[in-house]
Amino acid sequence: MQNNEKAIRLVTPGTIVLWLLILLGAVVALYRFTQGLGASTNLNDKFPWGMWIGIDVLSGVALAGGGFTIAAAVYIFNLKKYHAILRPAILTAFLGYVMVIVALMFDLGKPHNIWHQIIMWQHHSVMFEVGWCVMLYSTVLALEFSPAVLEKFKMGGGLLKIIKAFTIPLVIAGIILSTLHQSSLGSLFLIVPDKLHAIWYTPLLPVMFFVSAVMVGLAMVTFEAFISSKTFNRTLELDILSGLAKAQIVVLLIYSALKLGDMSVRGSLASAFQGTLEGNMFLLEMGLGVILPLILLVLPNVRASRGGLFISSLLVVGGLVLNRTNVSVIGMLEGSNASYFPSWMEFAVTAAVIAGGLLAFRIAVKYFNVFPSHEKPAQHNRPNPVKNTVPVLVP
Amino acid sequence: MAKGMLVDLTKCMGCRGCQVACKQWNQLPAEETECNGTYENPPQLNWNTYTKVRFVEGQNNGNFFWRFIKTQCMHCKEPACASACPVGALYKSPEGATIYNESKCIGCRYCMLACPFQVPKYEWHKALPTIKKCTFCADRVAAGKKTACSQTCPSAALDFGEYDDILKKAEDKITKSPDRYINHVYGKEEVGGTSWLYISGVPFDKLGFNTSLPNKPLPHYTWQALSKIPYVVGGLAVALTGFWFICKRRDEVQKTDNK
Repeated sequence: MQNNEKAIRLVTPGTIVLWLLILLGAVVALYRFTQGLGASTNLNDKFPWGMWIGIDVLSGVALAGGGFTIAAAVYIFNLKKYHAILRPAILTAFLGYVMVIVALMFDLGKPHNIWHQIIMWQHHSVMFEVGWCVMLYSTVLALEFSPAVLEKFKMGGGLLKIIKAFTIPLVIAGIILSTLHQSSLGSLFLIVPDKLHAIWYTPLLPVMFFVSAVMVGLAMVTFEAFISSKTFNRTLELDILSGLAKAQIVVLLIYSALKLGDMSVRGSLASAFQGTLEGNMFLLEMGLGVILPLILLVLPNVRASRGGLFISSLLVVGGLVLNRTNVSVIGMLEGSNASYFPSWMEFAVTAAVIAGGLLAFRIAVKYFNVFPSHEKPAQHNRPNPVKNTVPVLVP
Repeated sequence: MAKGMLVDLTKCMGCRGCQVACKQWNQLPAEETECNGTYENPPQLNWNTYTKVRFVEGQNNGNFFWRFIKTQCMHCKEPACASACPVGALYKSPEGATIYNESKCIGCRYCMLACPFQVPKYEWHKALPTIKKCTFCADRVAAGKKTACSQTCPSAALDFGEYDDILKKAEDKITKSPDRYINHVYGKEEVGGTSWLYISGVPFDKLGFNTSLPNKPLPHYTWQALSKIPYVVGGLAVALTGFWFICKRRDEVQKTDNK
């Protein structure tokens, strides 16, 4: 296995596309930082937040939700079989947060002032909470992944022991920070009751954002296992994946009940069926991203098939991105009396950030021990007996 | 004490002297005009236009009307922008002005999103932009003067003074001339109250005012979520530690049983 991963090449026909996307993003970045946001984006005075916030930041943070979800399963609920996917989940979450921070640097008007958050406190601002959660949770994720780095550079001694000793407090801190951060991104929109469309505006926005982050976190871990298995020639642990699928069913059910229940109580359910842009986008988000994967995952045949699990997790991920885009862009258009569609440069930066994340994951897998080496290939359609895991260090 | 401004829309004659005075005092550059079918000019509020008079034509009770509505920052009593700002770059001064300190700003534009009147504007053309908006002439007021716009207004449509006096004046005017005014002081209740108050003879919704705003100050909506953070943190810390302990213990017991 180890040798297998060492053989990963960073320049292949596929990765050349990623490198080119990053190059294009860098050129656009240069343009944005010399000519301003007006020249590079389609943002305007009536519509100050666009694609970079909706996709890079809001979706990016939610897609990193696998990190705290799996850490909770393994360390708090002692579900040892998920240990095998812990490190890749933590790495994805960490890289996800790095990507969010990078994307934010493009979007902020004065990124050089970002450190002001540390000393200029304004605790009535949701953005203050968001900022602190990003800073603290990125640090926690870095610490959670640090054993892999320390092992690599043979600095296994005292430092590793200290970090290992703090595993549980770190994991608990990570879960609390994630809960706050995921929900606070929803709270950001509580201040615009007159602008955000009634389909999405609810005092429960923070709860919706949190539950959907757990939902997509599980889907993301599944999705990522498939991508890794193709890219890095790894075996898929179907036992783990169908366990994740069952957890997804529960969370998808909770989310559907919350969302549809809240909408019917608030009387906004009818507006989803009036053929408006907002209504149709909601039906798309809810139908393709929540209801369809829920139906698929309930079927035992789908849960036992690799293709079925892959498709359903892809649907959940797509639905989540759609949801965050709906809340931050589509749902805000009418109330802001604005028009907005991202410029090609906004697409280019988003693509570059994603390409950077994919490449960074590849580099990390090549140089660090991301996938534990003690796994055995899964037998077809048969649950694996859980191996007595060697205590691979925090995650 | 907190200042206020009364805009009597029945008195405004659309001379736009306030716009010019504002540009002069704040040393803002003029703007290229564009014809958009009205006498309005410049086209909209933006980084170098802090106030603008809108021209609205319409019909009310079968009568034709033509009204001129000065727009600028409303200087809310509990500003959504100030509560949204993560670094306190926007704040409410004791004189009632909502003030922006560009040296603190990080450029997240949450203030622009949060403002129910879409007032804060951005320097989209600059590499490192700042927010621009009406300052309620905080510098002039500190020196005991009126704002530039009200100083210049020739028709007494703008009345600047102590907020309490201004509100009383607005209500007295409505009581004394119920035929001239509709019974609504715009800004008295909206989003918890604003330092700028409007009275009018034509219903506000016909003049393009946002009449669907809640009376609850917008910062209260986010505070409902933010104020629960301590309980979430405390509750989770206890619950997670508890679960961890129980699950670990269960595992240990199982292991001993197996032996």
